[in-house]
Amino acid sequence: MDQRFDVIVIGGGHAGCEAAAASARLGAKTALITHKFESIGVMSCNPAIGGLGKGHLVREIDALDGLMGRIIDQSGIQFRMLNRRKGPAVRGPRAQADRKLYRQAMQAEISAIENLTIIEGEAADFDLDGNRFKSVTMADGSIVEAGAVVLTTGTFLGGLIYIGDRKIPAGRLGEKPSNSLSTTLKRVGFSLGRLKTGTPARLDGRTIKWDELDSQPADDEPVPFSFLTEEIKVPQIACHITHTNSKCHKIIEDNIGRSAMYSGQIDGIGPRYCPSIEDKIVRFKDREKHQIFLEPEGLNDHTVYPNGISTSLPEDVQDAFIREIHGLEDVRILQPGYAIEYDYIDPRELKRTLETKKVSGLFLAGQINGTTGYEEAGAQGLIAGLNAAAMLSGLDPFVLSRTEGYIGVLVDDLISRGVSEPYRMFTSRAEFRLSLRADNADQRLTPLGIRFGCVSSERQQSFEKKFSQLDDLIARAKEIELTPSEALKKGFALNQDGVRRSVFTLLSYPTVQLSDVVKEWPEFGVYSSDMLEQLETEAKYSVYLDRQKADASVIKRDEKLKLPDDLDYGEINGLSNELTEKLNISKPETLGHASRIDGMTPAALSLILAYIRKNMKAA
Amino acid sequence: MAQTDTIFALSSGQPPAGLAVIRLSGPLSSKVLEKLCGSLTPHRQAGLRLIHDLEDGEIIDQALTLWFPGPNSFTGEDCVEFHCHGGRAVIEKMLSVLSNINGCRLAEPGEFTQRAFGNGKIDLLEVEGLSDLISADTESQRKLAFNHFSGKVSSRFSDWRERLIRVRAFIEAELDFADEEDVPGSISDQVWLTVQTLIAEMEKGIESSRRGEQIRRGYSIVLVGPPNSGKSSLLNCLAQRDVAIVTPIAGTTRDSIDVLLDLEGYSVRVTDTAGLRETDDEIEKIGIGRTIDKIEEADLLIVFNSDGPKTDYESAGNTINIWNKSDLLEDDEKDTIRARYDVLVSARSEEGISDLINLIKKCASEGFSDTEDILVTRQRHLGLLREGISSLRQSLDESKDIELRSEDLRLASQALGRIIGTIDIEDMYDKIFREFCIGK
Repeated sequence: MDQRFDVIVIGGGHAGCEAAAASARLGAKTALITHKFESIGVMSCNPAIGGLGKGHLVREIDALDGLMGRIIDQSGIQFRMLNRRKGPAVRGPRAQADRKLYRQAMQAEISAIENLTIIEGEAADFDLDGNRFKSVTMADGSIVEAGAVVLTTGTFLGGLIYIGDRKIPAGRLGEKPSNSLSTTLKRVGFSLGRLKTGTPARLDGRTIKWDELDSQPADDEPVPFSFLTEEIKVPQIACHITHTNSKCHKIIEDNIGRSAMYSGQIDGIGPRYCPSIEDKIVRFKDREKHQIFLEPEGLNDHTVYPNGISTSLPEDVQDAFIREIHGLEDVRILQPGYAIEYDYIDPRELKRTLETKKVSGLFLAGQINGTTGYEEAGAQGLIAGLNAAAMLSGLDPFVLSRTEGYIGVLVDDLISRGVSEPYRMFTSRAEFRLSLRADNADQRLTPLGIRFGCVSSERQQSFEKKFSQLDDLIARAKEIELTPSEALKKGFALNQDGVRRSVFTLLSYPTVQLSDVVKEWPEFGVYSSDMLEQLETEAKYSVYLDRQKADASVIKRDEKLKLPDDLDYGEINGLSNELTEKLNISKPETLGHASRIDGMTPAALSLILAYIRKNMKAA
Repeated sequence: MAQTDTIFALSSGQPPAGLAVIRLSGPLSSKVLEKLCGSLTPHRQAGLRLIHDLEDGEIIDQALTLWFPGPNSFTGEDCVEFHCHGGRAVIEKMLSVLSNINGCRLAEPGEFTQRAFGNGKIDLLEVEGLSDLISADTESQRKLAFNHFSGKVSSRFSDWRERLIRVRAFIEAELDFADEEDVPGSISDQVWLTVQTLIAEMEKGIESSRRGEQIRRGYSIVLVGPPNSGKSSLLNCLAQRDVAIVTPIAGTTRDSIDVLLDLEGYSVRVTDTAGLRETDDEIEKIGIGRTIDKIEEADLLIVFNSDGPKTDYESAGNTINIWNKSDLLEDDEKDTIRARYDVLVSARSEEGISDLINLIKKCASEGFSDTEDILVTRQRHLGLLREGISSLRQSLDESKDIELRSEDLRLASQALGRIIGTIDIEDMYDKIFREFCIGK
């Protein structure tokens, strides 16, 4: 039976779920095609959400009413705020998830969305009408038509698992890959590259000597991801820590030639920041040990994820080296670790909306664009889903600049610079890090979401209430002024220069603490501690934030200058060959994006601008 | 267009010249005009104004000033032009006063034009002509940075760059990989020590820039000697035109006078100074004080008819001792004097002048080849270097949170990147992932 939708999403992982939900939130009649319903919301790799940079992404997804934040709040079993002792801009919420709770919460959420239909089956092919997406053909021959499609293939596109010298075509262990879609994409003219990632063995927690290991508890007061969650109700557990040792290293070294990655079988490029245990031992010979976090996969699940020893060694070697590890001497391995290689498309093929430049109506999100991580995938799914739906209803596209959010940074980096290894978010990728904080994600993005129509009325109300309180608070802090001598009486030593200063200015001094201010002006005590903290951050960062605002306006101005996508940069006199080539590959959408291409110079930008103006006038 | 920097540059040709046009564009233009001159001139009408130094209120120059409120200007923004006198000292002072104003900075090459394009002020024909200009500018800039001087300069730059990358990599590692065991819990003092060393070295670079300026603007020669020893006459002889006031009264040249000469291919700047002697005349004392400053800065001293110890003056440069007015000497006197002086000359009969020129050329050629330590020669580079140093300094403030100190370092590398080569985030990740075993 053939069916017709507005938007089809292929894939039920983190990108697919956000894409389907976002499209449906905008009112598009949406279909989610996945191999089987039960694998919606599965965490293929480690059971954790968030972290530094990644936690920011989750907060931003939540600010735009995405799912991930609310789901992890219902399933997180160890919440920790990373960098808690450092400044607010570099704090990142992270939580260990109960895999099953996460999956169940996601499935419940997805099932409850009104105009979203789940189709179980394999999307085998898609058809075009000219260079416009038309329909998806399922493996059973049925056809699903739609105005737009979001492809979120994860590691399934041409997925190939390696364990020692064994090669298993699969998207995840035990699940078959999507090879026919690879063929389709090549037929349409996309060039596919190969990337690689890996996962460690899974252990039976009942055979681990927990008593002998150090533990790392959850935070006493878990901080939720979602701005809508008031309290974390899931019981919290501790993770345990152990280390590799010289005996382990010897076993790995002796068998290095049997590792799939070191025997020359794998062409795909793996991330530098997520090396396999083989890489760690080869590249860092002088280290005597490497840390391993033993992360329970659930409250009622005895599976343990040993974070830090992903590997593509054969099973017997995995067995041998793992059993040398302190606490794991008698461990039972439930599933071997493996490396997986998969296809991706050069993200410079994409527009800011994550629609491909080649095929109108075809959107890509997640690992297919060369990224790694649930959060990166979810963020792209959200952008692709919103834009697929927006395109069909004739709305302006929903694009975020790198000045507005980590999601903007992510998309901007992908489409301007491409990837040379699986792309992961770090806070250092965001030049506007001091402005783009996890704590103010809602203030930055929820108003944009409200205007665009992708935010529920519940979130809108709660946001508006909070925002008006925060406005009041900051206004109060700027209103109350005092002279240096009045300040001294209250115990704040300032320059006795006679200049009146506001409480806000007082707070900007490193020596002045929030608690001192609240003590002196009890009226501030009525505000929540979160809000007071935000006041303090805004004050402490104010000098830097002003400068960032000025820099951001320059970037935004350059992003208003559109560059035609049929521009041949070879026509522009004075550009170096290298730059011409890079520009011709990425075909930047705006002058701002061109400016972020590796190797770009101010003079080259002037040349491009001159050429554009000339041609615009001529046209 | 709020938040845009106001940019300025010398828009006329290389000094010295009769006039120098300094152009400003951006939101602060009219404010700057008001600040420097006390009042605005009527729109698009020339007005004669005194320009004051903002620091001490001293008069810099009297200039024609023009105010073009946007959008009716070259760039489409508010623009101001100062038509000053075209001497180097005036131009240099103007540029330095402007660069000290918050929100004002020297323009990048082509930036006025870029703004004009951006605001739709330039049409088809103009654009075609200008694109060549811009690329030519870039080429010379690139050459200046990396070819013009010896390889030592670029290797010094890349060494600074390397160390700055390392510093930032370590700090970013602590921020972004705090949960990794392989990243030390706190940044070693070594990182901040490196920042301190960088600041010290860059400050030296600024000092050396004076030397670079000399090469770019001419080898500096200072004429010194007792009053009435004929310094001004010799200068006139070298310049073959009357530039200094030459009278037979001792102490005529009360201030120093600069003349830029092309001495057979070498660009030299000859400074005539007030004669050195004990005096009660207050004005002459000031002149002598300036002479001593000039002597200290000189590349080459030409010392006149000094019978005392030959190197009486403290200068880093070379010295040529001459006896002037050789036409007044008897032949037998000449021989004894020739033994004590490098060269005997007569400004009147031109005796010995070509020998002197050869001697000067010899000294100058040595001076021109010794360029290895000169790092920055351009005002623009100097400005960026100062900005970079200032941000580096701020990063050393231990009372600030680490992410703010990291922001200081990022701003420093943004400014310095324009001189030493852009620092991309990937450069830092290369460093981080090579130094630390990161990844769970």
